[in-house]
Amino acid sequence: MSEHSTYTPGSGVEKWLDERLPIIRFSKEHLMDFPTPKNLNYWWTFGAILVMCLGIQIVTGVILAMHYTPNIAMAFDSVEHIRRDVNGGRMIQSFHAVGASMFFAAVYIHIFRGMYFGSYKAPREILWILGVLIFVLMMATAFMGYVLPWGQMSGWAATVITNIFAAIPIIGTPLLELLRGGFSVGNPTLNRFFSLHYLLPFVIAAVVALHIWALHVPGNNNPTGVDVKDGRDTLPFHPYYTMKDAFGMVLFMIPFVWFAFFAPDILGHPDNYIEFNSQVTPAHIVPEWYFLPFYAILRAIDFNLLFIDSKLLGVIFFGGSIVILFLLPWLDTSKVRSGNFRPMFKWFYWLFVVNFVALTYLGAQPADATGVLFSKICTAYYFIHFIVILPVLSRIEKPRPLPTSISESVLAKSHA
Amino acid sequence: MFNTKTVLATLAVLAGLSGVSATQAAGEVVHIEKQSWSFAGIFGTYDQNQLQRGFQVFNEVCASCHGARLIAFRNLAEEGGPSFSEAQIKALAAEYEIADATADGGVRPGVAADRWPSPFETEQDARDANGGSLPPDFSVLAKARGVHDAFPFWVFNYFTGYSEGGPDYIHGLLTSYEDEAPEGFELPEGKYYNHVFPGNAIGMAPPLSDGQITYEVAEGQTAVPETVDQYSTDVAAFMMWMAEPHLSGRKQTGFVVLLFLVVFAGLMYGTKRKIWAGIEH
Repeated sequence: MSEHSTYTPGSGVEKWLDERLPIIRFSKEHLMDFPTPKNLNYWWTFGAILVMCLGIQIVTGVILAMHYTPNIAMAFDSVEHIRRDVNGGRMIQSFHAVGASMFFAAVYIHIFRGMYFGSYKAPREILWILGVLIFVLMMATAFMGYVLPWGQMSGWAATVITNIFAAIPIIGTPLLELLRGGFSVGNPTLNRFFSLHYLLPFVIAAVVALHIWALHVPGNNNPTGVDVKDGRDTLPFHPYYTMKDAFGMVLFMIPFVWFAFFAPDILGHPDNYIEFNSQVTPAHIVPEWYFLPFYAILRAIDFNLLFIDSKLLGVIFFGGSIVILFLLPWLDTSKVRSGNFRPMFKWFYWLFVVNFVALTYLGAQPADATGVLFSKICTAYYFIHFIVILPVLSRIEKPRPLPTSISESVLAKSHA
Repeated sequence: MFNTKTVLATLAVLAGLSGVSATQAAGEVVHIEKQSWSFAGIFGTYDQNQLQRGFQVFNEVCASCHGARLIAFRNLAEEGGPSFSEAQIKALAAEYEIADATADGGVRPGVAADRWPSPFETEQDARDANGGSLPPDFSVLAKARGVHDAFPFWVFNYFTGYSEGGPDYIHGLLTSYEDEAPEGFELPEGKYYNHVFPGNAIGMAPPLSDGQITYEVAEGQTAVPETVDQYSTDVAAFMMWMAEPHLSGRKQTGFVVLLFLVVFAGLMYGTKRKIWAGIEH
């Protein structure tokens, strides 16, 4: 948004640089002067928190890779070597492992914030789609990272998840063998997962750059969902939001270090401290908590439909539960963005949140009859929310009157 | 900031969760008595005397079948652990013969840098000597085991930082042998009944008995009871140290970091308020 540029090169060197690579101008426009709605609440700080999370994962990950050995005979012991013998290794490793969980916690909050305030609606569809893409890449990266310590859960997660692809007709088996680098999970699997686990974070960083670019074209949504009308509605990003985001980041680090220092293993599974053995199946194979809702959906489908067998159908629902997120901007056609002004949507939104938490819980439970029954109900509701409830609500709901501008709503609030 | 509606909604989520779990709770949960460990909590550190006793139990009893391949003799002298003296460790290591292809005759006496020698050459040897069962390596075993809490109690674990499920399980296992299997339970030949072990039929004979190990009493200290319960507690603590040797230092650093972050967050909040003062938002 160059029309907001207030940059004048201060010295000859800056002027010289500005004519060749206007990087200072760009930074000033986008990191300092960028007009940001003045009414953003703390849920909006999670964007910056997520950038910090990605940074922590990359820095700790690069250091871990200096000491880790991607070979099935040595991987498990090399992670222990990092914890025991590398200077500060215990903390670097636990920041990386806990960091993955905190990254997902933050991304779920960020996604659900976007869902409540309608941040996916025009003109922010591409922004939303890039966000979902980042989420998918994060899942792939986290899954492959979880395999690297080569514990029982690592190896069995690799076995179960790669097996999912085998359900795809025709290309399933070749795809499975390509992913594993053989017929079963073994050294080639570990090697390619390590390689991809190192690659994907940089792909994520690139998509994050696009995500922020797509954000800076229409600018931020805000809790009222009303478009920015003029300069009275906004504040420059710096110092107002740099400060607010920095405070949010420090606050977020408190639970982060709590887990990293005092309970580094509580978010994982004890079985992952047993080296992978393809001959011994753990009693429960459970993915990391952040995959549980989708795992519950996968397991809920235990029936055939017409010519589709249950395995493929499970994969279709599993994939569908993520693909449907890409379509969200066109499923919710209500003109009003913010849930604050949608009396009916608000209720269904929270019902959806409860349902999602229930799926998380069910994903961790053994797949017995009651568990699967509840999973089916919750899976059905997950899809009904997107396919039926949102489109219908958009037609029948009478939204509350919107404020004419952000500054009006801010003033109304401060005088109330 | 976060309004009351958000808080209410969060509570609704938790209520929904407990509703689902109420129907799920009917699983088999083995009750394991949680012990009070010196290394639990924010200020937890290992009790050096307990680790030394635990090492004695490990060395005199467990080590005849169980290995600890990731532990080096030198670790036993490190700060925050059993902290034996360098001389003690040198003497201990020298008691062992270490296979070394570069040494005269292929073996040499151990040095502090050597890893703890395995009691068996191969996995098959270990199984042959133990009725087909493989005695697991102790290096990280205390973190490879845990206890299951029913809902909602596990929720609190995230706030208390409960990480002692492993030692609780080990203590529970060692004190849960029963002479006779309950009626109707078919105990396979060569197995022992233990009500904490998954499946209840364990390959390991009850390893500890009262008075089996003699604890030396240092001058001016009260004697520690020589009971199975005490031995189990001590060896479980020692196993936790083997699995997590830097626990004390980690928690000390963590406390300082946490304190810093809380103070820093307070300062950041003050600065943020100051910058935003006078702006309606």
